[in-house]
Amino acid sequence: MNASKPNRKVPPRWATLLLQWFCPAHLANEMEGDLHELFEDRIYSMGVRKAKLRYVKDVLSLLKPSLMSDKSNKYPTPSHTDMLQNYIKIGFRNLAKNRLYSAINIIGLSVGMTTAILIGLWMWDELSYNKYHQHYDRIARVMQHQTYNGTTSTTPATPLPMRAALQNEHASEFTHIASSSWTEDHILAFDEKKISRKGNCVEPDFPLMMSLRILKGTAAGLDNPASTLLSESVAKALFGQEDPINKTVKVDNKTYFEVTGIYEDLPYGTEFHDVAFLLPWKYFLEQEPWVKRSETNWGNNSFLLLVQIAPNTTFDQVSSKIEKIKVRHAKDEARFSPKAFLHPMSRWHLYSEWENGVAIRGRIQFVWLFGIIGVFVLLLACINFMNLSTARSQKRAKEVGIRKAVGSQRSQLIAQFFCESIMVAVFAFVLALLLVQLILPWFNQIADKQITFPWSNQKSWLTGLGFTLATGILAGSYPALYLSGFRPVKVLTGTGSSLRLGAGRFAALPRQMLVVVQFTVSITLVIGTLVVLRQIQHAKDRPVGFDRSGLLSVAINTPDLQTHAQALYQELLHTGAATNMATSSSPTSEVWSSDASFSWPGKDPDQLGDLGTVGVTHEYGNTVGWKVKQGRDFSRDFSTDSLGMVINESAAKFMGLKESVGTLVQWNGNQYTIIGVIKDVVNKSPFMPIQPTVFMLRQDWASFIHIRLNPALTARQALSKLEPVFKKYNPGSPFEYKFASEEYDRKFQAEERISQLSTTFATLAIFISCLGLFGLASFFAEQRQKEIGIRKVLGASVANLWQMLSKDFLILVLIACLVATPIAYYLMHDWLQQYTYQTALSWWIFAAAIFGALIITLTTVSFQAIKAALLNPVKSLQNE
Amino acid sequence: MKGTYLGEFEEVVLLAVAIRTGDAYGAAVVNEIEQQLRRAVNLGAVHTALHRLEEKGLVKSEMGGVTAERGGRSKRLYIVTALGRGALEEIRQLRNQMWDTIPKIVWS
Repeated sequence: MNASKPNRKVPPRWATLLLQWFCPAHLANEMEGDLHELFEDRIYSMGVRKAKLRYVKDVLSLLKPSLMSDKSNKYPTPSHTDMLQNYIKIGFRNLAKNRLYSAINIIGLSVGMTTAILIGLWMWDELSYNKYHQHYDRIARVMQHQTYNGTTSTTPATPLPMRAALQNEHASEFTHIASSSWTEDHILAFDEKKISRKGNCVEPDFPLMMSLRILKGTAAGLDNPASTLLSESVAKALFGQEDPINKTVKVDNKTYFEVTGIYEDLPYGTEFHDVAFLLPWKYFLEQEPWVKRSETNWGNNSFLLLVQIAPNTTFDQVSSKIEKIKVRHAKDEARFSPKAFLHPMSRWHLYSEWENGVAIRGRIQFVWLFGIIGVFVLLLACINFMNLSTARSQKRAKEVGIRKAVGSQRSQLIAQFFCESIMVAVFAFVLALLLVQLILPWFNQIADKQITFPWSNQKSWLTGLGFTLATGILAGSYPALYLSGFRPVKVLTGTGSSLRLGAGRFAALPRQMLVVVQFTVSITLVIGTLVVLRQIQHAKDRPVGFDRSGLLSVAINTPDLQTHAQALYQELLHTGAATNMATSSSPTSEVWSSDASFSWPGKDPDQLGDLGTVGVTHEYGNTVGWKVKQGRDFSRDFSTDSLGMVINESAAKFMGLKESVGTLVQWNGNQYTIIGVIKDVVNKSPFMPIQPTVFMLRQDWASFIHIRLNPALTARQALSKLEPVFKKYNPGSPFEYKFASEEYDRKFQAEERISQLSTTFATLAIFISCLGLFGLASFFAEQRQKEIGIRKVLGASVANLWQMLSKDFLILVLIACLVATPIAYYLMHDWLQQYTYQTALSWWIFAAAIFGALIITLTTVSFQAIKAALLNPVKSLQNE
Repeated sequence: MKGTYLGEFEEVVLLAVAIRTGDAYGAAVVNEIEQQLRRAVNLGAVHTALHRLEEKGLVKSEMGGVTAERGGRSKRLYIVTALGRGALEEIRQLRNQMWDTIPKIVWS
């Protein structure tokens, strides 16, 4: 009222500002009204000072979170689900409008998902190996570390007395103990039916320990040396629909067993999945004299020993108790410093490789490797999605602007874009499920698995959906956050500057980085694949040392083949299908037995004379076609050859002999003379060094008959001539044979599998990356259509334009090459270390990969670039 | 009815709104309470209570006209709803019922 002191009747300005600062505008207005009115009233009732005080108090009392929230927004606030219908509709329209990009997105993503699903299934299968057994977490096998010649080797083979020692001294630690033979082929016969199946001789506790599901009969039959347990499939093959219980089967054409029980086949994902029947351990003891002898021999490590530990103990505790068991009982074994330990069933499959007594890698490395690759391939597909969406963001910038102008909040826009990306992910997932279904048989074949898709498993569906959602969110995160951040004023007003929002230098950087990441991953995979392929080729090119083609081997599986040996040979040669034949104790490219008690002049007394031993017949050398380097082969002309030896080059080196031929070797109380040295025959993995081996004339050791087929006949003709002879002399057994070349090729199986898988993954990675690049290139070409038109009008050539459009991408790929090369070098160098016989990491592998990547990039990009450059400028410039 | 439970202050505010029917806004309610109860109340407390009453559906509000005495600022006018009236009556009835059941002897 009084002009001289107006400021005294005004409420404190800072308090009003405070209110405006904290309160939403529409609320502040209303509150200020109340405050002002009260203030005016109070000036009269209580004076200015007090009114001001009350004013401040009121302001402070208004600063409450409950009063400041935006609740009384007068605009409708639809929840995200209200708008869902609209989002989905717009999403569909967008997909339909940009068919090319939609296809690239969905196909790329579904290929990535297919890979991820397959790898996921594979990993799940690997990790649940052996889980079929109920006592999975309490079963272990006894293993030993033994050290000789300075290296420690680790073996699951144990001496037989160890079983008794465990039983006598540590019985309280175990609920079950069961010895087992190795899994071997046997012939089962019932009436006229003969089949060859793998089986084990086991102690009676085995079925209980492995929780075999008995379908018929009883599991207890193995107490009796004349009874057997058959798996369901074997029973079906032998007896068909008949009841197999109490029927009699003839095994290996010599012993009869009564079937006392039928168990459910062990699934493929178990250690003993190929064990199709069980024979009693007692029969094994009675049948094989060497087994009986081994019962007291601590030096013969030849048996599998399985235990189930008691519930109140752990594997580590038991391992530490039994560690010294062998040394305690057998003093002369102490020189190998044997250490026994338990290897838990949960680790059998994935952690079963040792180097010098220390557990190393094992299969688990593949689980990790493929897991990482799967994640990367999926990531590549997600990157495609992100790149294409952000690149096309300009097209949607206006939509964002309009949505914001009519009241969309940022969170709603984010929800919209996530909704779209999840929609694409769901499409991709459905497509991926179809693809998985198509590819699974092929995948099972190369991965040696029997995986089926768990359609009925709820958990797998949940995982699948969660995974789709995660992919959608991952793929949509960047566009959603990026696009929703546009300022409506900018996108809706100026055309030139706003449209550069998406294509600006700065905005393109993340996209370029993503492309670099994509190609880095792809090129690393390609280099890795090339190295794996090189390594396999390297090992395949290695001289094998014998002639594999047309060489056949038949296992001597019944006594009949041995008793009529001479007649059989005569008759086989008589057919004309065989040009030569011999027997041996090991397959041609393997050595099954070795002995450490050889000695020779000049041998270091501390060195163990550990040599592989193979018993052969005179014709062996000629049959397999090995090359004699020094001296001569065995010959029937020298009767002294029965105490002669042929050694391989590695053995000559191992023994440190200057002049091998004529050297006298002591073994098993006999004196042998070395009569010849042969060129090395690969007798282990072709990636490993060759085992020093001696060959001796021991027909009584024979396990295999090797037949050199007549090259004048086809294999089929030759076999049809050989078969009747075998049928005649070995009536209790089906005619089964193996080609040496096939057997040799099997040695590459593990590596071939890696190479096939890595080729597949590398191809997919490149495919997905290129798909993305293709999309980007075509988008930019479209974007710059007018620019290209003007450039053409002004005289630019097609080559110029092509160069202009391709250069950017080529640079990105080059950067990716530079990053990928050291990574790949490091990884592959590490991988090659596990092979003794390894290929060199030559520069050309890297050069080839980089060159290939550049060519592929250029082809992908050029297609679009040239298409754009060839466009008639009149057409691209005429409108507008 | 748990949802419509009225605190003591809320009851006072609700009554004040009813008294000032037709012109019940923040400042008016404050003045009414201060006059009737002869004690100072914070504007913030009144607004909080009005907010809560509105959430419970006991009052409803609309923006009122602009008056000069408020420096041209709008006011939000509150009206007691049928539910609000019911709540007030229920409280009153409960009180009366309790009064009636006090034995006469207490006061003698």
